[in-house]
Amino acid sequence: MKKNHRIGSRLFMGLVFLFLYAPILLLIIFSFNAGNSSVVWKGFSFRWYAELFQNRIIMSSVYTTLLVSLLATIIATVAGTFAAIGFFTMDRRLRRPLMVVNDIPMMNADIVTGVSLCLFFVAAFAGWNGFVTWMENSYRLTAPRLYLGFGTLLLAHISFNIPYVILNVTPKLRQMDKNLIDAAQDLGCTWMQAFWKVVVPEIKPGIISGALIAFTMSIDDFVISYFTAGSATSTLAMTIYGMTKKRVSPEINAISTLLFAAVLALLIIVNVREARQEKALAKKK
Amino acid sequence: MKNKLSLFAVPYVVWMALFVVAPIVMVVVYAFSTADGGFSLSNFARMGTYAVIFTRSFKLALIATAICLLVGYPVAYMMAKEGPGFQRIASVLIMLPMWVNFLLRTYSWMSILEKNGLLNQLFSAIGLFDLINSVFGTNIQYFKMIGTSGAVVLGMVYNYLPFMILPIYSVIIKLDNSLLEAARDLGANSAGVFRKVILPLSLPGVLSGITMVFVPSVSTFAISRLLGGGTQMMLGDLIEQQFLGGAYNPHLGSAIALVMMVIVVVCMWVMNHFGEGEEQAVML
Repeated sequence: MKKNHRIGSRLFMGLVFLFLYAPILLLIIFSFNAGNSSVVWKGFSFRWYAELFQNRIIMSSVYTTLLVSLLATIIATVAGTFAAIGFFTMDRRLRRPLMVVNDIPMMNADIVTGVSLCLFFVAAFAGWNGFVTWMENSYRLTAPRLYLGFGTLLLAHISFNIPYVILNVTPKLRQMDKNLIDAAQDLGCTWMQAFWKVVVPEIKPGIISGALIAFTMSIDDFVISYFTAGSATSTLAMTIYGMTKKRVSPEINAISTLLFAAVLALLIIVNVREARQEKALAKKK
Repeated sequence: MKNKLSLFAVPYVVWMALFVVAPIVMVVVYAFSTADGGFSLSNFARMGTYAVIFTRSFKLALIATAICLLVGYPVAYMMAKEGPGFQRIASVLIMLPMWVNFLLRTYSWMSILEKNGLLNQLFSAIGLFDLINSVFGTNIQYFKMIGTSGAVVLGMVYNYLPFMILPIYSVIIKLDNSLLEAARDLGANSAGVFRKVILPLSLPGVLSGITMVFVPSVSTFAISRLLGGGTQMMLGDLIEQQFLGGAYNPHLGSAIALVMMVIVVVCMWVMNHFGEGEEQAVML
């Protein structure tokens, strides 16, 4: 009876996983298709992988995506860690409203965040560009005019990433023994040393998982980028969206397969290492 | 020491004022004004003409959320009952699809569902259409799937199912096993244990899963455009058109975005309400 139950539940899970992976498998299979259809199989070839590296538009959008995700992750991780520590040591009455504001970008629909940032950037730049014109006309001084582009894209990514870093770092701060900081200072650390030698190592797992989530959010984001990148800058997701209006070229399947394989390899390495560490720990006990 | 460390938050507070609060204030200002400036409620009045889109968005998002819950809860529950090795692999497998861009995964569904797509090819290969045609005397060559509301719901379920499974799973996995044992010792059968102990205690996970599925579903515009074939316009499409599309009118777009924000705030409030209840239960 119990065994049947288990087979049934595994079958159900298997079906759900099939549902989740069928489109991805299809995508990978058709990246090796000799023809350019995503329905009709014309034989195996690496044609699209070769053409991918010739495709300027796709390669430059992949570059933009990776660059903006990496920069946004690094900046958001540092800023978010400091902010989390600041919030944590703050008076409760002050902290609560600030945390509510911090949660807004995470809770809001992406499109609302995207649209609000778009309005903000456009209005701020209109003001600035008007100011520059006024300066040019009256004082013959000039400054560069600002438009939506990589800079606004990066700012948007940083601002939706920081809350996720804070979300991951805060629990680690709560778990930390607060006496450690006092102890370090009693033993002669300055508060800066106490921060680097005691607080940071204690919350490191939270910082790492926060950075990972921030990077994932950045890579996967389409909606917020779409509203803040302007017309000259394009991330991979935006390029794909532009293509879906007509037809997606199979080179996109190829680049997605490559990215998927890279992530899969990374996850396998991380998980095997974790499993080994856990086993080693269990043996010690 | 304590006060010095709290200064670390000052740059981020300034940042939030600039990039979180100010943009939202902009949305509110735009929503309550017209192109020639001046306060106006006309944007909200105009929303009445889009009542069809509002109802469709809510209907499809609610159906998708319900399906996600009905499929996601059992998956989360079954996962939590498996061994640690299985759990590790299963949770990685659930997260992994998120690394393939969602537009591509959705586009992949297009090639499965379209007129000459894989599913219709499969149906005709196994002779399903011949069978139907001979039984009902009809003459169908394919099932129309793209451009139906069903396809849009499928796209939402497909994209957001992991957001339902993971929070529920993480709550169930943390359940205190001794509570379940106690319930059994006190005479509850497995259905009773589930209904009276597991289900109420996993409610916070369910609620966060519901918001995490409902909010992106109700606001999507890419999924409805790809799988709905332009016939299934949703709130997200409407907003997008007001900002970057042909019907340029950021004031109306802001008003709709504001309505959406209010919905999210209500969701958040409900969540917090239940969340506090749960904290108290833990303290008791």
